[in-house]
Amino acid sequence: MSEHAIDRSKMKVSDEVAIQISAMNKWYGTFHVLRDINMTVQRGERIVICGPSGSGKSTLIRCINRLEEHQQGQIVVDGTELTNDLKNIDKVRSEVGMVFQHFNLFPHLTILENCTLAPIWVRKVPKKEAEETAMHFLRKVKIPEQANKYPGQLSGGQQQRVAIARSLCMRPRIMLFDEPTSALDPEMIKEVLDTMIELAEEGMTMLCVTHEMGFAQAVANRVIFMDQGQIVEQNEPKEFFNNPKSERTKLFLSQILGH
Amino acid sequence: MANASYVRDQMLPPQAPPVSEAGVVKWLRENLFSGWFNTILTLVGVVVIYWLVVSALPWWLNSVWNAESLSQCREIVAATAGEGATGACWAMIRERWHQFIFGFYPPELWWRPVMAFGLLFAAMAPVLFAGQKKNLTLILGAVGLFLLVTLGLAGAPMGGWIASLVLVGGLIALVQVMPGRLLWFTAIYPALCFWLLWGGSVWTPIVAMLGFVVMGGAYLALVGRLGPTASALIGVFLAVFWWLFLDIPITTALASMIGGGLDQVDSDQFGGFLLAITIGVTAITFSLPIGILLALGRQSDMLIVKTLCVGFIEFIRGVPLITLLFTASLLLQYFLPPGTNFDIILRVIILVTLFAAAYLAEVIRGGLAALPRGQYEAADALGLDYWRAQRLIILPQALKISIPAIVSTFIGLFKDTTLVAFVGLMDPLKGVTQIVRADIDWKGIYWEPYIFVGAIFFVICFGMSRYSMYLERKLKTDHR
Repeated sequence: MSEHAIDRSKMKVSDEVAIQISAMNKWYGTFHVLRDINMTVQRGERIVICGPSGSGKSTLIRCINRLEEHQQGQIVVDGTELTNDLKNIDKVRSEVGMVFQHFNLFPHLTILENCTLAPIWVRKVPKKEAEETAMHFLRKVKIPEQANKYPGQLSGGQQQRVAIARSLCMRPRIMLFDEPTSALDPEMIKEVLDTMIELAEEGMTMLCVTHEMGFAQAVANRVIFMDQGQIVEQNEPKEFFNNPKSERTKLFLSQILGH
Repeated sequence: MANASYVRDQMLPPQAPPVSEAGVVKWLRENLFSGWFNTILTLVGVVVIYWLVVSALPWWLNSVWNAESLSQCREIVAATAGEGATGACWAMIRERWHQFIFGFYPPELWWRPVMAFGLLFAAMAPVLFAGQKKNLTLILGAVGLFLLVTLGLAGAPMGGWIASLVLVGGLIALVQVMPGRLLWFTAIYPALCFWLLWGGSVWTPIVAMLGFVVMGGAYLALVGRLGPTASALIGVFLAVFWWLFLDIPITTALASMIGGGLDQVDSDQFGGFLLAITIGVTAITFSLPIGILLALGRQSDMLIVKTLCVGFIEFIRGVPLITLLFTASLLLQYFLPPGTNFDIILRVIILVTLFAAAYLAEVIRGGLAALPRGQYEAADALGLDYWRAQRLIILPQALKISIPAIVSTFIGLFKDTTLVAFVGLMDPLKGVTQIVRADIDWKGIYWEPYIFVGAIFFVICFGMSRYSMYLERKLKTDHR
């Protein structure tokens, strides 16, 4: 993990509710992917969601910015309920940043243009100001010198850090990470995790689907384990890893930590 | 037992390749003489080329440029190259070139299509070479030079000559200051071109263009309240209303108050490449946006929009272009209110445009389908709405992927303009050639008109093809 000692002092969790999900169900056709999800995320919480593949963890966080539609129950993000109302959806999406497994940078735009596009067109920020913000966040993820290159010229780890910077340029209050390191070579995973840790240290509300258990132990204040579309177990990282309660959790942990 | 331990203590620098890996010898061996089979193929190829050249060369070398008729041509060939020799008779082109270019357009007015043709490049330049000051200046300079010479040769009135040169000069100056503003000229060019070609009152193009102002004005006034889709529809509706019911009365009223205009030229006087280029360029310009909308509509979640688009595309693609052209020339008359005289060229342009748009829609849909789902998701996740996501993220990539196929469609469309011969218009290939060959002087001439027309088509289509390759290179940013 990170060389420097992780500063947990600023990682304060407030009482304010950032995301409230209640009795939420989702189907793909006849397949019941998410079953009775109840979950409250407080502002400043860092939550790691893990579970075997097909357990619905990605689908869950993709429901939070409505890349997936839920059919039953309620999702309230920052006080805005997600319904079919397009205005609400756009409002939530501009408050919630998302980082994808495959980066999804826009290959026809430079790194800088990738970062300024949404602030200019959605937030109506003047171009110059948007560029300054973009450079600020590119410096933060430690690749300001790549600003005028195209995504195809960058390594995977660099692309993922650009994707994080692109999200941050919208000044989101919540960040969603959908397996951000799963498509990366081992030597590049660390640079992305370091960036995410830094973000956590600044008090960002984060939901992260990942198999990086080191990251979960270092940063998360809650680990959620999902299986078959349900939340099976959740706990503080220490308890979760040292003393799992459910048999499924034990099996899963033995499989991913076993060697 | 081998020793498993090995440590390299010196890294090797790269060295120059051996002689057989470079130079002409390598190229010849790899490309022409690799193996006995390829060697035979190479030799056969050389023989075929030799045979083609030997049989066609005398015909080209014995070309006759000065003659009154085909029989005179043959006499000259026989006199110079001996009895039984063949020779091309380009004298026909020398005498009749203007019909291939202008059809029966009045000779004293040739300067108008020539001017429209020159300015066409000035109007296309800011679209084809957006923001490239040097290229834009070069093209505009060439247009200026072209107009200076050709307008002089075509005997343009002094006023038209000076006006066009001042216009081009002004555009060159504009490019130096604000290259982006050149698009304003592109926007008014269609009206200017229409007026130059058909003539008539100066108010006709102005009032017609006001239809677009009505469309844009209605959109801007309503977009805040009704959203983009509804206000765009209302804008289009109002503009169509303007063109159908208000255009003619307003034009007539204005023309009776303040006169002025050019001599009118009727559509049946158009012909040759003037006709092909008019139809081709207009259809290319309008089919691309319509094709994009159809492709997006076909991917829409809205059932009615989707059904309409699919129905339109499949119907148009399922019917031969000639059927549509017959529809244009005959059937449309029955559907339109009695007494409306809807210009035949305009009708043909509309149907050729719709025909090309249906093909383009499918080509662009291919480009859209090639984009990974993640691009849509990333655009959504950043909060971009549908139209912005399409315009900024999806279409630039989808269109880039589709460039070769789009340009193929355009080339096909341009060559298809010769099919207007079937509805009695004088296309360069069949229409004009038939007229020339019906002349007693040139009866029996065969290769020369087709080679001439084919060569001009080739130059234009090859130009489009090269431009598309340039564009692909320029837009290549994925570094795969």
